[in-house]
Amino acid sequence: MNDTADSTLKNTLPQRQFLSIAMENLLELIIRLSGISAIIFVLAIFFFVFREALPIFFSDHFDLAKFLFNTQWYPTSEVNVRYGTFALTFGSISVTFLAMIIAVPFGLGSAIFISEFCGPKMKESLKIIIELLAAIPSVVWGFIGLTVMSRIIVSLTGAPVGVNLLNGGLILALMSVPIIVSISEDALKAVPDSYREAALALGATKWQIIYRVLLPSAKNGLLAAVLLGIGRAVGETMAVLMATGHAVQIPHGPLDSVRTLTANIAAELGEASAGSDHYHVLFLTGILLFIITFAVNLTADLVIRGIRRK
Amino acid sequence: MTTESMQYCIHTRNLNLWYGEFQALKNVNTDVKNGLITSLIGPSGCGKTTLLRCFNRINERFTYVRTEGKIVILGKNIYDPDVSLIELRKSVGMVFQRPNPVPISVYENILFGLRIHHPFGSFKKSELDDIVEKSLMEVGLWKDLKDRLKAKATSLQLEQQQKLCIARLLPLKPDVILMDEPCSALDIEGTRAIEELMYQLRGRYTIVIVTHNMAQARRISDECIFMLLGEMIEHARTEELFLNPRNPRTGEYIEGRYG
Repeated sequence: MNDTADSTLKNTLPQRQFLSIAMENLLELIIRLSGISAIIFVLAIFFFVFREALPIFFSDHFDLAKFLFNTQWYPTSEVNVRYGTFALTFGSISVTFLAMIIAVPFGLGSAIFISEFCGPKMKESLKIIIELLAAIPSVVWGFIGLTVMSRIIVSLTGAPVGVNLLNGGLILALMSVPIIVSISEDALKAVPDSYREAALALGATKWQIIYRVLLPSAKNGLLAAVLLGIGRAVGETMAVLMATGHAVQIPHGPLDSVRTLTANIAAELGEASAGSDHYHVLFLTGILLFIITFAVNLTADLVIRGIRRK
Repeated sequence: MTTESMQYCIHTRNLNLWYGEFQALKNVNTDVKNGLITSLIGPSGCGKTTLLRCFNRINERFTYVRTEGKIVILGKNIYDPDVSLIELRKSVGMVFQRPNPVPISVYENILFGLRIHHPFGSFKKSELDDIVEKSLMEVGLWKDLKDRLKAKATSLQLEQQQKLCIARLLPLKPDVILMDEPCSALDIEGTRAIEELMYQLRGRYTIVIVTHNMAQARRISDECIFMLLGEMIEHARTEELFLNPRNPRTGEYIEGRYG
Protein backbone atom coordinates (compact mmCIF):
# COMPACT_ATOMS: atom_id res chain seq x y z
CA MET A 1 0.00 0.00 0.00
CA ASN A 2 2.73 2.32 1.07
CA ASP A 3 4.81 1.54 -1.99
CA THR A 4 2.06 2.39 -4.45
CA ALA A 5 1.40 5.67 -2.66
CA ASP A 6 5.09 6.48 -2.98
CA SER A 7 5.21 5.68 -6.64
CA THR A 8 2.13 7.75 -7.49
CA LEU A 9 3.65 10.61 -5.58
CA LYS A 10 6.79 10.31 -7.65
CA ASN A 11 4.79 10.21 -10.86
CA THR A 12 2.99 13.40 -10.07
CA LEU A 13 6.15 15.28 -9.17
CA PRO A 14 6.52 17.50 -12.22
CA GLN A 15 9.50 16.67 -14.36
CA ARG A 16 10.19 19.51 -16.77
CA GLN A 17 10.45 18.43 -20.36
CA PHE A 18 13.55 19.28 -22.31
CA LEU A 19 11.35 20.82 -25.00
CA SER A 20 9.62 23.25 -22.66
CA ILE A 21 12.95 24.41 -21.25
CA ALA A 22 14.30 24.94 -24.74
CA MET A 23 11.17 26.82 -25.76
CA GLU A 24 11.48 29.11 -22.78
CA ASN A 25 15.10 29.87 -23.53
CA LEU A 26 14.25 30.51 -27.15
CA LEU A 27 11.46 32.90 -26.20
CA GLU A 28 13.76 34.71 -23.84
CA LEU A 29 16.30 35.06 -26.62
CA ILE A 30 13.69 36.45 -28.99
CA ILE A 31 12.52 39.00 -26.42
CA ARG A 32 16.13 39.99 -25.77
CA LEU A 33 16.74 40.44 -29.47
CA SER A 34 13.66 42.59 -29.96
CA GLY A 35 14.78 44.64 -26.99
CA ILE A 36 18.13 45.51 -28.49
CA SER A 37 16.90 45.53 -32.09
CA ALA A 38 16.27 49.28 -31.90
CA ILE A 39 19.98 49.84 -31.29
CA ILE A 40 20.93 47.55 -34.13
CA PHE A 41 18.57 49.27 -36.56
CA VAL A 42 19.72 52.75 -35.62
CA LEU A 43 23.35 51.76 -36.01
CA ALA A 44 22.63 50.10 -39.32
CA ILE A 45 20.84 53.18 -40.61
CA PHE A 46 23.73 55.40 -39.47
CA PHE A 47 26.19 53.15 -41.17
CA PHE A 48 24.27 53.05 -44.42
CA VAL A 49 23.56 56.77 -44.64
CA PHE A 50 27.13 57.73 -43.72
CA ARG A 51 28.53 55.26 -46.21
CA GLU A 52 26.40 56.72 -48.97
CA ALA A 53 27.29 60.29 -48.01
CA LEU A 54 31.01 59.83 -47.44
CA PRO A 55 32.29 59.94 -51.05
CA ILE A 56 31.03 63.53 -51.48
CA PHE A 57 33.80 64.79 -49.21
CA PHE A 58 36.33 63.64 -51.77
CA SER A 59 34.57 65.36 -54.68
CA ASP A 60 36.15 68.48 -56.29
CA HIS A 61 32.86 70.33 -56.45
CA PHE A 62 32.12 70.05 -52.75
CA ASP A 63 32.97 72.43 -49.92
CA LEU A 64 31.46 71.90 -46.48
CA ALA A 65 31.17 75.60 -45.64
CA LYS A 66 29.39 76.27 -48.91
CA PHE A 67 27.17 73.25 -48.35
CA LEU A 68 26.02 74.66 -45.03
CA PHE A 69 25.89 78.40 -45.69
CA ASN A 70 25.37 78.93 -49.41
CA THR A 71 21.86 79.43 -50.71
CA GLN A 72 22.64 78.21 -54.24
CA TRP A 73 21.32 74.71 -54.91
CA TYR A 74 22.13 73.72 -58.51
CA PRO A 75 23.03 70.04 -58.25
CA THR A 76 22.55 69.26 -61.94
CA SER A 77 24.13 72.30 -63.55
CA GLU A 78 26.40 71.40 -66.47
CA VAL A 79 28.87 74.24 -65.99
CA ASN A 80 28.77 75.28 -62.35
CA VAL A 81 27.49 72.71 -59.86
CA ARG A 82 26.59 74.25 -56.51
CA TYR A 83 25.47 72.34 -53.44
CA GLY A 84 24.36 75.08 -51.02
CA THR A 85 21.63 73.91 -48.66
CA PHE A 86 21.16 77.03 -46.57
CA ALA A 87 17.92 77.98 -48.33
CA LEU A 88 16.60 74.47 -47.71
CA THR A 89 17.58 74.51 -44.04
CA PHE A 90 16.05 77.94 -43.71
CA GLY A 91 12.94 76.65 -45.46
CA SER A 92 12.61 73.75 -43.03
CA ILE A 93 13.12 75.99 -40.03
CA SER A 94 10.78 78.73 -41.19
CA VAL A 95 7.95 76.34 -42.06
CA THR A 96 8.36 74.62 -38.69
CA PHE A 97 8.49 77.93 -36.86
CA LEU A 98 5.34 79.20 -38.52
CA ALA A 99 3.60 75.89 -37.86
CA MET A 100 4.50 76.05 -34.17
CA ILE A 101 3.29 79.65 -33.82
CA ILE A 102 -0.10 78.38 -34.91
CA ALA A 103 -0.09 74.88 -33.42
CA VAL A 104 1.24 75.53 -29.91
CA PRO A 105 -1.48 77.95 -28.74
CA PHE A 106 -4.18 75.87 -30.40
CA GLY A 107 -2.81 72.60 -29.09
CA LEU A 108 -2.29 73.78 -25.53
CA GLY A 109 -5.64 75.57 -25.51
CA SER A 110 -7.39 72.49 -26.73
CA ALA A 111 -5.60 70.28 -24.19
CA ILE A 112 -6.60 72.66 -21.38
CA PHE A 113 -10.19 72.64 -22.59
CA ILE A 114 -10.29 68.86 -22.78
CA SER A 115 -8.75 68.27 -19.39
CA GLU A 116 -10.29 71.11 -17.38
CA PHE A 117 -13.44 72.45 -18.91
CA CYS A 118 -15.49 69.97 -20.87
CA GLY A 119 -17.79 67.24 -19.63
CA PRO A 120 -16.98 63.54 -19.90
CA LYS A 121 -19.04 62.96 -23.06
CA MET A 122 -17.56 65.93 -24.88
CA LYS A 123 -14.12 64.80 -23.72
CA GLU A 124 -14.47 61.34 -25.21
CA SER A 125 -15.74 62.58 -28.55
CA LEU A 126 -13.10 65.29 -28.79
CA LYS A 127 -10.32 62.83 -28.07
CA ILE A 128 -11.58 60.43 -30.72
CA ILE A 129 -11.84 63.20 -33.30
CA ILE A 130 -8.34 64.44 -32.51
CA GLU A 131 -6.99 60.92 -32.90
CA LEU A 132 -8.77 60.79 -36.22
CA LEU A 133 -6.97 63.97 -37.21
CA ALA A 134 -3.66 62.25 -36.43
CA ALA A 135 -4.62 59.30 -38.62
CA ILE A 136 -4.99 61.31 -41.83
CA PRO A 137 -2.12 60.31 -44.18
CA SER A 138 0.33 63.08 -44.93
CA VAL A 139 -0.27 62.86 -48.66
CA VAL A 140 -3.91 63.72 -48.01
CA TRP A 141 -2.80 66.75 -46.04
CA GLY A 142 -0.57 67.71 -48.95
CA PHE A 143 -3.50 67.30 -51.28
CA ILE A 144 -5.62 69.59 -49.10
CA GLY A 145 -2.80 72.14 -49.08
CA LEU A 146 -2.38 71.95 -52.83
CA THR A 147 -6.04 72.32 -53.71
CA VAL A 148 -8.19 73.72 -50.91
CA MET A 149 -5.78 75.76 -48.83
CA SER A 150 -3.93 77.23 -51.78
CA ARG A 151 -7.16 78.55 -53.30
CA ILE A 152 -8.20 80.08 -49.99
CA ILE A 153 -4.82 81.75 -49.60
CA VAL A 154 -4.89 83.17 -53.12
CA SER A 155 -8.39 84.57 -52.72
CA LEU A 156 -7.75 86.03 -49.29
CA THR A 157 -4.29 87.50 -49.72
CA GLY A 158 -4.03 87.99 -53.46
CA ALA A 159 -0.73 86.13 -53.50
CA PRO A 160 0.37 85.02 -57.00
CA VAL A 161 0.73 81.38 -55.89
CA GLY A 162 -1.13 79.63 -53.12
CA VAL A 163 1.53 77.02 -52.42
CA ASN A 164 3.95 78.85 -50.14
CA LEU A 165 5.40 79.14 -46.67
CA LEU A 166 2.03 80.10 -45.15
CA ASN A 167 0.29 77.14 -46.75
CA GLY A 168 2.98 74.70 -45.59
CA GLY A 169 2.94 76.22 -42.10
CA LEU A 170 -0.83 75.87 -41.81
CA ILE A 171 -0.82 72.28 -43.01
CA LEU A 172 2.05 71.36 -40.70
CA ALA A 173 0.27 73.09 -37.81
CA LEU A 174 -2.83 71.01 -38.42
CA MET A 175 -0.69 67.90 -38.55
CA SER A 176 1.18 68.56 -35.33
CA VAL A 177 -1.81 69.73 -33.28
CA PRO A 178 -3.00 66.17 -32.49
CA ILE A 179 0.39 65.19 -31.02
CA ILE A 180 0.61 68.38 -28.99
CA VAL A 181 -2.95 67.95 -27.73
CA SER A 182 -2.69 64.33 -26.71
CA ILE A 183 0.66 64.66 -24.93
CA SER A 184 -0.23 67.92 -23.17
CA GLU A 185 -3.56 66.46 -22.14
CA ASP A 186 -1.71 63.54 -20.55
CA ALA A 187 0.59 65.97 -18.77
CA LEU A 188 -2.34 67.98 -17.41
CA LYS A 189 -4.20 64.84 -16.39
CA ALA A 190 -1.12 63.77 -14.41
CA VAL A 191 -1.29 66.87 -12.20
CA PRO A 192 -2.67 65.61 -8.86
CA ASP A 193 -6.22 66.70 -8.18
CA SER A 194 -5.15 67.80 -4.70
CA TYR A 195 -3.26 70.75 -6.26
CA ARG A 196 -6.46 71.90 -7.90
CA GLU A 197 -8.36 71.56 -4.64
CA ALA A 198 -5.67 73.45 -2.77
CA ALA A 199 -5.98 76.41 -5.10
CA LEU A 200 -9.75 76.17 -5.25
CA ALA A 201 -10.00 76.21 -1.45
CA LEU A 202 -7.92 79.40 -1.40
CA GLY A 203 -10.52 81.03 -3.63
CA ALA A 204 -8.80 80.71 -6.98
CA THR A 205 -10.85 80.96 -10.16
CA LYS A 206 -10.56 78.41 -12.92
CA TRP A 207 -8.11 80.55 -14.88
CA GLN A 208 -5.97 81.21 -11.84
CA ILE A 209 -5.79 77.49 -11.20
CA ILE A 210 -4.71 76.93 -14.79
CA TYR A 211 -1.93 79.46 -15.00
CA ARG A 212 -0.76 79.40 -11.41
CA VAL A 213 -0.99 75.69 -10.65
CA LEU A 214 -1.51 73.53 -13.72
CA LEU A 215 0.93 75.14 -16.13
CA PRO A 216 3.83 75.26 -13.64
CA SER A 217 3.15 71.70 -12.49
CA ALA A 218 2.86 70.26 -15.97
CA LYS A 219 5.56 72.31 -17.67
CA ASN A 220 7.84 69.33 -18.36
CA GLY A 221 5.13 67.40 -20.11
CA LEU A 222 3.94 70.46 -21.99
CA LEU A 223 7.45 71.19 -23.19
CA ALA A 224 7.84 67.59 -24.32
CA ALA A 225 4.58 67.93 -26.23
CA VAL A 226 5.77 71.05 -28.04
CA LEU A 227 9.13 69.49 -28.90
CA LEU A 228 7.51 66.35 -30.25
CA GLY A 229 5.34 68.62 -32.35
CA ILE A 230 8.48 70.32 -33.66
CA GLY A 231 10.02 66.95 -34.40
CA ARG A 232 6.95 65.98 -36.38
CA ALA A 233 7.00 69.24 -38.31
CA VAL A 234 10.72 69.14 -39.16
CA GLY A 235 10.56 65.56 -40.37
CA GLU A 236 7.34 65.84 -42.38
CA THR A 237 7.98 65.39 -46.09
CA MET A 238 5.07 64.68 -48.39
CA ALA A 239 2.71 67.37 -47.14
CA VAL A 240 5.33 70.13 -47.28
CA LEU A 241 6.54 68.93 -50.66
CA MET A 242 3.05 69.49 -52.01
CA ALA A 243 2.11 72.62 -50.06
CA THR A 244 5.19 74.83 -49.96
CA GLY A 245 5.76 75.45 -53.67
CA HIS A 246 9.18 73.84 -53.79
CA ALA A 247 11.18 76.92 -54.79
CA VAL A 248 14.75 77.14 -53.51
CA GLN A 249 14.96 80.60 -51.99
CA ILE A 250 15.16 82.47 -48.71
CA PRO A 251 11.55 83.62 -48.22
CA HIS A 252 10.91 87.34 -47.69
CA GLY A 253 7.47 86.81 -46.25
CA PRO A 254 4.92 84.11 -45.55
CA LEU A 255 3.58 84.31 -49.10
CA ASP A 256 6.87 83.26 -50.72
CA SER A 257 7.39 79.68 -51.80
CA VAL A 258 10.08 77.66 -50.06
CA ARG A 259 11.63 74.23 -50.23
CA THR A 260 12.52 72.12 -47.20
CA LEU A 261 15.35 69.67 -46.68
CA THR A 262 12.97 66.73 -46.52
CA ALA A 263 11.01 67.68 -49.63
CA ASN A 264 14.24 68.21 -51.52
CA ILE A 265 15.47 64.71 -50.77
CA ALA A 266 12.12 63.16 -51.61
CA ALA A 267 11.87 65.00 -54.91
CA GLU A 268 15.44 64.54 -56.15
CA LEU A 269 16.71 61.23 -54.88
CA GLY A 270 14.72 59.32 -57.48
CA GLU A 271 16.30 61.28 -60.28
CA ALA A 272 19.89 61.36 -59.05
CA SER A 273 21.88 58.55 -60.61
CA ALA A 274 23.25 56.22 -57.98
CA GLY A 275 26.86 56.92 -57.12
CA SER A 276 26.86 60.44 -58.53
CA ASP A 277 27.86 63.51 -56.50
CA HIS A 278 24.23 64.58 -56.49
CA TYR A 279 23.22 61.25 -54.98
CA HIS A 280 25.89 61.47 -52.26
CA VAL A 281 25.09 65.07 -51.41
CA LEU A 282 21.43 64.19 -50.90
CA PHE A 283 22.50 61.64 -48.32
CA LEU A 284 24.59 64.32 -46.66
CA THR A 285 21.45 66.46 -46.56
CA GLY A 286 19.81 63.57 -44.75
CA ILE A 287 22.60 63.64 -42.17
CA LEU A 288 22.12 67.39 -41.76
CA LEU A 289 18.41 66.79 -41.15
CA PHE A 290 19.24 64.14 -38.63
CA ILE A 291 21.62 66.50 -36.81
CA ILE A 292 18.89 69.14 -36.62
CA THR A 293 16.31 66.76 -35.14
CA PHE A 294 18.94 65.33 -32.81
CA ALA A 295 19.77 68.84 -31.60
CA VAL A 296 16.08 69.54 -30.95
CA ASN A 297 15.69 66.33 -28.95
CA LEU A 298 18.89 66.91 -27.03
CA THR A 299 17.96 70.47 -26.03
CA ALA A 300 14.56 69.15 -25.01
CA ASP A 301 16.20 66.56 -22.83
CA LEU A 302 18.60 69.06 -21.28
CA VAL A 303 15.89 71.64 -20.67
CA ILE A 304 13.66 69.07 -19.02
CA ARG A 305 16.51 67.83 -16.85
CA GLY A 306 17.33 71.41 -15.91
CA ILE A 307 13.75 72.05 -14.87
CA ARG A 308 13.68 68.85 -12.89
CA ARG A 309 16.84 69.68 -10.97
CA LYS A 310 15.28 72.93 -9.81
CA MET B 1 -22.12 86.42 27.67
CA THR B 2 -22.75 88.34 24.47
CA THR B 3 -25.59 87.75 22.08
CA GLU B 4 -26.36 84.42 20.50
CA SER B 5 -25.02 85.39 17.08
CA MET B 6 -21.67 86.47 18.47
CA GLN B 7 -21.17 83.18 20.20
CA TYR B 8 -21.69 81.00 17.15
CA CYS B 9 -19.74 81.00 13.94
CA ILE B 10 -21.40 78.35 11.78
CA HIS B 11 -25.04 77.29 11.76
CA THR B 12 -26.46 74.61 9.53
CA ARG B 13 -30.21 74.29 9.14
CA ASN B 14 -31.92 71.28 7.52
CA LEU B 15 -28.84 70.56 5.48
CA ASN B 16 -29.32 67.74 2.99
CA LEU B 17 -26.80 66.63 0.41
CA TRP B 18 -26.93 64.06 -2.37
CA TYR B 19 -24.12 62.54 -4.42
CA GLY B 20 -26.22 61.62 -7.43
CA GLU B 21 -28.88 59.33 -5.91
CA PHE B 22 -27.06 58.71 -2.66
CA GLN B 23 -28.01 60.95 0.25
CA ALA B 24 -24.85 61.71 2.21
CA LEU B 25 -26.24 64.29 4.67
CA LYS B 26 -29.68 64.07 6.24
CA ASN B 27 -31.20 67.11 7.92
CA VAL B 28 -28.07 68.24 9.67
CA ASN B 29 -28.68 71.01 12.22
CA THR B 30 -25.68 72.17 14.12
CA ASP B 31 -24.11 75.27 15.62
CA VAL B 32 -20.35 75.63 15.80
CA LYS B 33 -19.02 78.01 18.42
CA ASN B 34 -16.69 80.88 17.67
CA GLY B 35 -13.00 80.48 18.38
CA LEU B 36 -13.17 76.89 19.57
CA ILE B 37 -11.92 73.65 18.10
CA THR B 38 -14.80 71.42 17.07
CA SER B 39 -14.23 67.81 16.03
CA LEU B 40 -16.38 65.90 13.61
CA ILE B 41 -16.20 62.20 14.48
CA GLY B 42 -17.91 59.07 13.29
CA PRO B 43 -17.23 55.92 11.29
CA SER B 44 -16.14 56.00 7.65
CA GLY B 45 -18.83 57.12 5.27
CA CYS B 46 -20.85 58.92 7.93
CA GLY B 47 -20.66 62.22 6.06
CA LYS B 48 -18.26 64.12 8.29
CA THR B 49 -15.87 65.04 5.47
CA THR B 50 -18.86 65.87 3.27
CA LEU B 51 -20.19 68.23 5.93
CA LEU B 52 -16.78 69.87 6.28
CA ARG B 53 -16.54 70.32 2.53
CA CYS B 54 -19.91 72.08 2.55
CA PHE B 55 -18.56 74.86 4.73
CA ASN B 56 -16.46 76.29 1.91
CA ARG B 57 -18.66 74.84 -0.83
CA ILE B 58 -15.74 72.98 -2.37
CA ASN B 59 -18.09 70.01 -2.75
CA GLU B 60 -19.62 71.76 -5.68
CA ARG B 61 -16.71 71.17 -7.98
CA PHE B 62 -18.35 67.84 -8.72
CA THR B 63 -21.42 68.43 -10.79
CA TYR B 64 -23.33 65.45 -9.38
CA VAL B 65 -23.54 67.03 -5.91
CA ARG B 66 -26.88 68.56 -4.90
CA THR B 67 -27.34 70.50 -1.68
CA GLU B 68 -30.47 71.73 0.12
CA GLY B 69 -30.84 73.75 3.28
CA LYS B 70 -28.96 76.57 4.86
CA ILE B 71 -25.45 77.12 6.16
CA VAL B 72 -24.93 80.43 7.91
CA ILE B 73 -21.32 81.45 8.38
CA LEU B 74 -20.55 84.80 10.00
CA GLY B 75 -24.19 85.82 9.70
CA LYS B 76 -24.58 85.07 6.03
CA ASN B 77 -26.23 82.09 4.31
CA ILE B 78 -23.45 80.83 2.07
CA TYR B 79 -25.95 79.31 -0.34
CA ASP B 80 -27.52 82.69 -1.09
CA PRO B 81 -27.15 83.51 -4.77
CA ASP B 82 -25.30 86.78 -4.05
CA VAL B 83 -22.53 85.05 -2.09
CA SER B 84 -19.15 85.18 -3.77
CA LEU B 85 -17.38 81.84 -3.59
CA ILE B 86 -14.07 83.65 -3.73
CA GLU B 87 -14.87 85.78 -0.66
CA LEU B 88 -16.29 82.75 1.15
CA ARG B 89 -13.12 80.75 0.56
CA LYS B 90 -10.97 83.66 1.67
CA SER B 91 -12.64 83.66 5.07
CA VAL B 92 -13.01 79.88 5.32
CA GLY B 93 -9.67 78.19 4.75
CA MET B 94 -9.13 74.48 4.33
CA VAL B 95 -6.37 72.00 5.18
CA PHE B 96 -6.50 68.64 3.44
CA GLN B 97 -5.83 65.05 4.38
CA ARG B 98 -2.65 64.82 2.35
CA PRO B 99 -0.46 67.91 2.53
CA ASN B 100 -0.97 69.58 -0.83
CA PRO B 101 1.40 72.50 -1.26
CA VAL B 102 1.55 73.64 -4.87
CA PRO B 103 4.85 72.62 -6.56
CA ILE B 104 6.29 76.14 -6.45
CA SER B 105 8.57 77.73 -3.85
CA VAL B 106 7.75 77.92 -0.14
CA TYR B 107 7.63 81.70 -0.47
CA GLU B 108 5.16 81.63 -3.35
CA ASN B 109 2.99 79.02 -1.64
CA ILE B 110 2.42 81.35 1.28
CA LEU B 111 1.66 84.26 -1.00
CA PHE B 112 -0.55 82.17 -3.28
CA GLY B 113 -3.76 83.48 -1.73
CA LEU B 114 -2.66 87.12 -1.75
CA ARG B 115 -1.46 86.91 -5.32
CA ILE B 116 -4.72 85.56 -6.64
CA HIS B 117 -6.88 88.04 -4.76
CA HIS B 118 -4.93 91.23 -5.38
CA PRO B 119 -3.84 92.72 -8.70
CA PHE B 120 -0.17 92.52 -9.57
CA GLY B 121 1.88 95.15 -7.72
CA SER B 122 -0.50 95.65 -4.78
CA PHE B 123 2.26 94.88 -2.32
CA LYS B 124 5.84 96.00 -1.97
CA LYS B 125 8.51 93.34 -1.79
CA SER B 126 9.21 94.23 1.85
CA GLU B 127 5.54 93.85 2.75
CA LEU B 128 5.44 90.44 1.12
CA ASP B 129 8.59 89.40 2.97
CA ASP B 130 6.96 90.47 6.23
CA ILE B 131 3.80 88.53 5.49
CA VAL B 132 5.79 85.39 4.69
CA GLU B 133 7.85 85.74 7.85
CA LYS B 134 4.79 86.35 10.02
CA SER B 135 2.87 83.42 8.58
CA LEU B 136 5.80 81.03 8.95
CA MET B 137 6.40 82.31 12.50
CA GLU B 138 2.80 81.63 13.40
CA VAL B 139 3.06 77.97 12.40
CA GLY B 140 6.55 77.59 13.83
CA LEU B 141 8.31 76.98 10.54
CA TRP B 142 10.31 80.20 10.30
CA LYS B 143 13.39 78.87 12.06
CA ASP B 144 13.59 75.79 9.83
CA LEU B 145 12.70 77.40 6.55
CA LYS B 146 13.98 80.96 6.63
CA ASP B 147 16.98 79.97 4.50
CA ARG B 148 14.96 77.73 2.23
CA LEU B 149 12.21 80.05 1.09
CA LYS B 150 13.12 79.43 -2.53
CA ALA B 151 13.02 75.65 -2.13
CA LYS B 152 10.23 73.78 -3.83
CA ALA B 153 7.45 73.25 -1.30
CA THR B 154 6.88 69.66 -2.37
CA SER B 155 10.47 68.81 -1.35
CA LEU B 156 9.82 69.48 2.35
CA GLN B 157 9.06 66.84 4.97
CA LEU B 158 5.38 65.93 5.18
CA GLU B 159 4.99 67.61 8.57
CA GLN B 160 6.52 70.81 7.25
CA GLN B 161 4.34 70.61 4.18
CA GLN B 162 1.21 70.33 6.31
CA LYS B 163 2.28 73.28 8.45
CA LEU B 164 2.95 75.22 5.27
CA CYS B 165 -0.56 74.38 4.11
CA ILE B 166 -1.85 75.97 7.31
CA ALA B 167 0.53 78.92 6.99
CA ARG B 168 -0.64 79.75 3.49
CA LEU B 169 -4.18 80.31 4.78
CA LEU B 170 -3.10 82.97 7.25
CA PRO B 171 -2.25 85.91 4.92
CA LEU B 172 -5.90 85.91 3.84
CA LYS B 173 -6.93 86.40 7.49
CA PRO B 174 -9.56 83.66 7.56
CA ASP B 175 -12.16 83.38 10.33
CA VAL B 176 -12.63 79.65 10.01
CA ILE B 177 -10.08 76.92 9.32
CA LEU B 178 -11.43 73.57 8.17
CA MET B 179 -9.16 70.57 8.62
CA ASP B 180 -9.87 67.26 6.94
CA GLU B 181 -7.91 64.62 8.89
CA PRO B 182 -4.81 66.83 8.83
CA CYS B 183 -2.62 64.31 10.63
CA SER B 184 -3.55 61.09 8.87
CA ALA B 185 -0.46 61.22 6.63
CA LEU B 186 1.89 62.16 9.47
CA ASP B 187 3.85 60.20 12.07
CA ILE B 188 3.56 60.69 15.85
CA GLU B 189 5.95 63.64 15.95
CA GLY B 190 4.23 65.35 13.03
CA THR B 191 0.84 64.75 14.58
CA ARG B 192 1.96 66.23 17.87
CA ALA B 193 3.39 69.28 16.11
CA ILE B 194 0.17 69.91 14.19
CA GLU B 195 -1.91 69.44 17.33
CA GLU B 196 0.22 71.92 19.23
CA LEU B 197 -0.12 74.33 16.37
CA MET B 198 -3.89 73.95 16.40
CA TYR B 199 -3.89 74.70 20.09
CA GLN B 200 -1.96 77.90 19.47
CA LEU B 201 -4.36 78.96 16.75
CA ARG B 202 -7.35 78.25 18.98
CA GLY B 203 -9.20 81.40 19.95
CA ARG B 204 -8.07 83.43 16.97
CA TYR B 205 -9.68 81.11 14.45
CA THR B 206 -12.70 78.86 14.58
CA ILE B 207 -11.33 75.42 13.78
CA VAL B 208 -13.42 72.51 12.56
CA ILE B 209 -11.53 69.25 12.25
CA VAL B 210 -12.57 65.91 10.85
CA THR B 211 -10.75 63.07 12.54
CA HIS B 212 -10.83 59.31 12.54
CA ASN B 213 -8.77 59.24 15.65
CA MET B 214 -11.01 59.49 18.70
CA ALA B 215 -8.11 59.98 21.03
CA GLN B 216 -7.09 62.97 18.94
CA ALA B 217 -10.60 64.41 19.10
CA ARG B 218 -10.49 64.00 22.84
CA ARG B 219 -7.05 65.63 23.13
CA ILE B 220 -7.59 68.69 21.05
CA SER B 221 -11.22 69.62 20.70
CA ASP B 222 -13.49 71.71 22.85
CA GLU B 223 -16.63 70.31 21.31
CA CYS B 224 -17.44 67.15 19.40
CA ILE B 225 -20.06 66.37 16.79
CA PHE B 226 -20.80 62.67 16.35
CA MET B 227 -22.23 61.67 13.00
CA LEU B 228 -23.63 58.39 11.75
CA LEU B 229 -24.95 57.50 8.29
CA GLY B 230 -25.33 61.12 7.26
CA GLU B 231 -27.13 62.21 10.41
CA MET B 232 -25.87 64.31 13.25
CA ILE B 233 -26.36 62.16 16.34
CA GLU B 234 -24.89 64.23 19.10
CA HIS B 235 -23.15 67.55 19.63
CA ALA B 236 -21.70 68.27 23.04
CA ARG B 237 -18.66 69.44 24.93
CA THR B 238 -15.88 66.93 24.37
CA GLU B 239 -15.65 65.62 27.96
CA GLU B 240 -19.39 65.30 28.13
CA LEU B 241 -19.65 63.41 24.86
CA PHE B 242 -16.92 60.99 25.84
CA LEU B 243 -17.95 60.52 29.48
CA ASN B 244 -21.73 60.82 29.41
CA PRO B 245 -22.97 60.36 25.88
CA ARG B 246 -26.69 61.07 25.72
CA ASN B 247 -27.37 58.88 22.71
CA PRO B 248 -26.71 55.14 23.11
CA ARG B 249 -25.26 54.94 19.59
CA THR B 250 -22.66 57.55 20.52
CA GLY B 251 -21.72 55.52 23.56
CA GLU B 252 -21.39 52.32 21.59
CA TYR B 253 -19.20 53.99 18.98
CA ILE B 254 -16.96 55.51 21.61
CA GLU B 255 -16.62 52.14 23.30
CA GLY B 256 -15.60 50.69 19.95
CA ARG B 257 -18.56 48.37 19.45
CA TYR B 258 -18.72 49.29 15.75
CA GLY B 259 -17.06 51.59 13.19
